[in-house]
Amino acid sequence: MTATAIAAPAVRRRAASLSRDRRWALIVSYAFLILFAIFFLLPPYYMIVTSLKSDGEVARMATNPWIVADGVTLDQYKLLFTQSDFLVFFKNTAIVTVCVVAITMVVSILAAFSLGRMKFWGSGVLAAGIFLTYLVPDTLLFIPLFQIVRGLGLLNSYWGMVLVYPTLTVPFCTWIMIGYFQSIPKELDEAALIDGAGHMQMLLKIFIPVALPGIIAATIFAFTVSWAAFVYPMAFLYSADQQVLTVGTVTSLIRADVYKWGMLMAGALVAATPPLVIYAFLMDYYIAGLTAGATKG
Amino acid sequence: MADVALRSVVKRFDDVEAVRSIDLDIPNNEFVVLVGPSGCGKSTTLRMIAGLEEVTSGDILIDGELVNDLPPKDRDIAMVFQNYALYPHMTAYENMSFGLRLRKTAKAEIRQRVEHAARILDITDLLDRRPKALSGGQRQRVAMGRAIVRNPKVFLFDEPLSNLDAKLRVQMRTEIKRVHQKVKTTTVYVTHDQVEAMTLADRVVVMNKGRIEQIGPPQELYHRPRTHFVAGFIGSPAMNFIPCRLERNGAGLTVRVSDAISLPVPAPLAPRYQAAAGRELILGLRPEHLTEPRHGDHDADCCFAVTLDVVEPMGMETMVFFTVNGAELCGRVDPAAAKGPGESMLLCANVEHMHLIDPTTDLVL
Repeated sequence: MTATAIAAPAVRRRAASLSRDRRWALIVSYAFLILFAIFFLLPPYYMIVTSLKSDGEVARMATNPWIVADGVTLDQYKLLFTQSDFLVFFKNTAIVTVCVVAITMVVSILAAFSLGRMKFWGSGVLAAGIFLTYLVPDTLLFIPLFQIVRGLGLLNSYWGMVLVYPTLTVPFCTWIMIGYFQSIPKELDEAALIDGAGHMQMLLKIFIPVALPGIIAATIFAFTVSWAAFVYPMAFLYSADQQVLTVGTVTSLIRADVYKWGMLMAGALVAATPPLVIYAFLMDYYIAGLTAGATKG
Repeated sequence: MADVALRSVVKRFDDVEAVRSIDLDIPNNEFVVLVGPSGCGKSTTLRMIAGLEEVTSGDILIDGELVNDLPPKDRDIAMVFQNYALYPHMTAYENMSFGLRLRKTAKAEIRQRVEHAARILDITDLLDRRPKALSGGQRQRVAMGRAIVRNPKVFLFDEPLSNLDAKLRVQMRTEIKRVHQKVKTTTVYVTHDQVEAMTLADRVVVMNKGRIEQIGPPQELYHRPRTHFVAGFIGSPAMNFIPCRLERNGAGLTVRVSDAISLPVPAPLAPRYQAAAGRELILGLRPEHLTEPRHGDHDADCCFAVTLDVVEPMGMETMVFFTVNGAELCGRVDPAAAKGPGESMLLCANVEHMHLIDPTTDLVL
């Protein structure tokens, strides 16, 4: 009886301490989360507010820039779609991105499957080499690539972008896919081999469906890089009909020292919509894909 | 259905020789179990038969055809893996029919074969489920179903029950035996569990360090092991090994275990051991042959008193552990006769079942 009476309060004290620790951890976590959320949401908020103002209000320094004082207007969006080449940029970007994503995924999946699953002499060095190419920045690559693109007659053509963007996307996507393919148990391909599958059937019928989260993660990455690329179009494209969103929006809406802030913000928001929608729907797959293999035993 | 033959098969991984020139003939419809400790080469042998590992040297024949250079799909084999290796994005039906679909089998025939296999394995209700919605035992049944529907020449099992809990393992063991009785197909089964090997096999192949130690029916391996390793590996608890000296005793022989304990060699066994008289040997006795005195079973010369170290009641029997001549021994006694730890107990050796092992060759005399 005595032992029970002594032991019981000790258990309660311990539980209380755990609960207090957890409460403090949560408070600190929420404080930082709120801080980060404010930090990262302020720029988009500023863009939305500015895009809903008239040019007059944007130019008037006396008003509070964080609120719409003169009433909400969609004029900036109307002007963007009717008075600029924004829709041409959007179409070009969409074409380039779809093509780049397709090329990237075909090349990356085939490369990752062979490097990750079909062990051969030098496969480890090749896999490391592919990742190393990702570390070379596009600001260094664009000069030699300029010569290549010009040599192919693709200078000032968005098809040239379809050719050069994969230099940014393929290495990282291959690396993600290698990790994902390697995390799939080897018995799965052995079972497929015994079932009668060739390597291509194994890839198409087993590996691609099983590695779908990784493929989606790689697709999102390729899409984002292609959609947001700036240096290559800046260097290789110079006429409006071939231009893409990132460079086109900036060059057409900033003339000398005249900044069309309202349209710039509206353009940036519209341009950011497709990646935003894709992230919102596929974020879980993206995280699963990027962390694949992290806990491989 | 086919016979399988291995001729001087060697497998080397860089400097390590995993399989050292083994020869094995498996007749049609036989259930053969390869058993041995980890790293003995049993899985490597199975994988070479499957075509998942290349043979360094030697020949593998299935149904008389040399298959060394044939890919797995052309060997007409089916394999069940330790971790099931079910395709996670396919239903049980799709998993089982995958091989047939790749071989362009007619849909109606696929359905008929899958349903037949599902009936054999009692998984008809599970065919629409994906692997993650199945329990371990159900997954193993689907994996077996995938092998059965192919109607292959040879079934290969690579430790298929290792991932299951003890109770389910016993159930599935019976299930595998039942399936083999229904679907008569040559089967090669790999396990490290000697109980599994004994219960399932028509013949057991005991492997150690890349070599075959002994091949034979389970009872033969149990009662007539040829090597020290087989004697110790087969049987649970393992056979007791006691250093001893074989001495002449008039016309007969005696096994001297210690100053206080010497056991007479039964007359029928004496001729076999005559040549080894005067040598240091190892006496092998299974725990069930070290028991309390049983009326009519034991000669008084074979009984000796020991002090028990540990006593393990198992229900229908009690295991008693004690030390003789530096060797830790185990006896299997009637629970009613068992004494407690630290107490003295009279135990008798059933010398009819003794084995004498030459420590220089590790062969059973």
